[in-house]
Amino acid sequence: MNAAVVREGDAFGGGAAAGGRVLTPGLDVSHKTILYLEDISVSFDGFKALNKLSLDIDNGELRCIIGPNGAGKTTMMDVITGKTRPDSGTVFFGQTIDLTQFSEAEIAHAGIGRKFQKPTVFERHSVFENLELAMKTDKRVRASLTARLDSVQRDRIAETLALIHLAGEADRPAGLLSHGQKQWLEIGMLLMQEPRLLLLDEPVAGMTDEETERTGELCKTLAGKHSVIVVEHDMDFVAGIARKVTVLHEGSVLAEGSMAQVQNDARVIEVYLGR
Amino acid sequence: MGPLSSGIGKLYGRRGWAALGACAAILFVLFPLANLALPKGSPFYISDYTVALTGKIMSYAIVAVAMDLIWGYTGILSLGHGLFFALGGYAMGMYLMRMIGREGQYRSELPDFMVFLDWKAYPWYWSFTDQFWYAALLVVLAPGLLAFVFGFFAFRSRIKGVYFSIITQALTFAFMLLFFRNDTGFGGNNGFTDFKRIAGFPIATSETRMALFMLTGATLVISLLFARYIVTSKFGRVLTAIRDAESRVMFCGYNPVHYKLVIWTASAVICGIAGALYVPQVGIINPSEMSPANSIEIAIWVAVGGRGSLVGAILGAGIVNFAKSWFTVAFPEYWLFFLGLLFILVTLFLPQGVVGAFDEVRKRLRERKPGPPERGSVA
Repeated sequence: MNAAVVREGDAFGGGAAAGGRVLTPGLDVSHKTILYLEDISVSFDGFKALNKLSLDIDNGELRCIIGPNGAGKTTMMDVITGKTRPDSGTVFFGQTIDLTQFSEAEIAHAGIGRKFQKPTVFERHSVFENLELAMKTDKRVRASLTARLDSVQRDRIAETLALIHLAGEADRPAGLLSHGQKQWLEIGMLLMQEPRLLLLDEPVAGMTDEETERTGELCKTLAGKHSVIVVEHDMDFVAGIARKVTVLHEGSVLAEGSMAQVQNDARVIEVYLGR
Repeated sequence: MGPLSSGIGKLYGRRGWAALGACAAILFVLFPLANLALPKGSPFYISDYTVALTGKIMSYAIVAVAMDLIWGYTGILSLGHGLFFALGGYAMGMYLMRMIGREGQYRSELPDFMVFLDWKAYPWYWSFTDQFWYAALLVVLAPGLLAFVFGFFAFRSRIKGVYFSIITQALTFAFMLLFFRNDTGFGGNNGFTDFKRIAGFPIATSETRMALFMLTGATLVISLLFARYIVTSKFGRVLTAIRDAESRVMFCGYNPVHYKLVIWTASAVICGIAGALYVPQVGIINPSEMSPANSIEIAIWVAVGGRGSLVGAILGAGIVNFAKSWFTVAFPEYWLFFLGLLFILVTLFLPQGVVGAFDEVRKRLRERKPGPPERGSVA
């Protein structure tokens, strides 16, 4: 295809995936697109959660995805991260990696990080250990039996702690953090994996206004270096950070564009905003 | 192994090492002196019975450590660990049977039960069992391979929680039925007994018993340190993370199947070794060791001592088994009722076991005491 294909090997580091299988070395984003979903359909007991969904995400983009309950937002995340296999359709990460062929761990290793709706951190581990476990490194059994943190790794953890405003809580068990702090810790854990693509499922649910604002700032900082997909119900939050918004409805894309465009779309008003 | 040797010193703090040293002194100095050097009439004499009982309970404590690794730290409740213990015991038992030689009832080269079945030669799977090195290999391989194969399929199919526990329970039950059959070639319901000697030494003398006792003590200490190394390593932190939030572990890029399989197999092997130390000390192994109740009892030891604490697991095995040896003499009919009651009480009132309760009491005492001002507080 393109003669000047840019192979960005750094996205894979060790190269070997967690399962011992080796993914195609390098994420190929030569066409500026990091994620392609094409004609994805998923049904559960006859209910079509996703119906021929097609969606592209550009490298470095911050994309917000909105839609009423049951529009298929979470199922879409499940398909991208390997938790759910689509009945039909393809998911490509960059030009070369067919995500439907890999397990959750392998996809995570390939550079896709996911934050769940309900914050899931390791409650009994300290904040520091949470970040240590998430850090991008060799995650096979033998490596973790003898793993010791070096100073570069310690610095990286300290950097992330500062970024997510948890430097003072490093030694506390994560279970004792407030809800908003847990959300940040989870984002911090994602960042430790050095993902190319971040999936944030309702990152500001249950946050105070101040925390929401800080999270918005964080999302904007992350875009560019990472590609970020935010699924969110909070319209003010989306309006505050969105450059491009995709509206899902009944498992497929209803509208796409800037927040203003989407808000003025007659179909969107009918199914979602108007109600 | 640079990181390994430098890491061992850090496994415990100074007080931890001191406590461990004191226990080692009791096991390796006090017990042998009081049992072998003192005359029987001395008030400090430790009887052969006490040595055998303590040795037996130490081999149970090794099992408790193995159980704690898989249940307390990884969150996988196995109700079939008695099977791995029994397999290790049977492997050692085969060797001990061969060592009887022609001194059995029928003066035959074959064990009595084979003569009784009218077998003319050892079946193929008894080959080489007269070699100690082979028996030792079998002690590790039999439980290890079974656990690996079983674990591979169970973990790959993502069988978890109660389903996993029930399947392990069924597994040990199935093996018990298999070993009950005379045709299986392991002595049927009588199992193996009447051992005469081990590694050339007569098995029933005080000296041999003491050697076995010390070997069991050493194995217990090594198991504890090994387990401590595991749970304080990053590997151990991944295990607890699997226990608390497995899907998050996967999305962090770890493959939980590999982690579970390694710790599951290691746990089974440790149980097998414990079983091999147990059999020459109690002098018998039979299929009742594989009964479901035995495996459940192992879980109770760990629950009583404190899940997620290695010292707790050892304490739990000690407390329950010393209580058992007293109870089954004093009130033989009521032991199982008492055990059940103990389990219910611990679950209700001591969810973190004895060790957890102890920590709680210590914390409260510290809070009540005015004591020296905590850091940062203005007294």
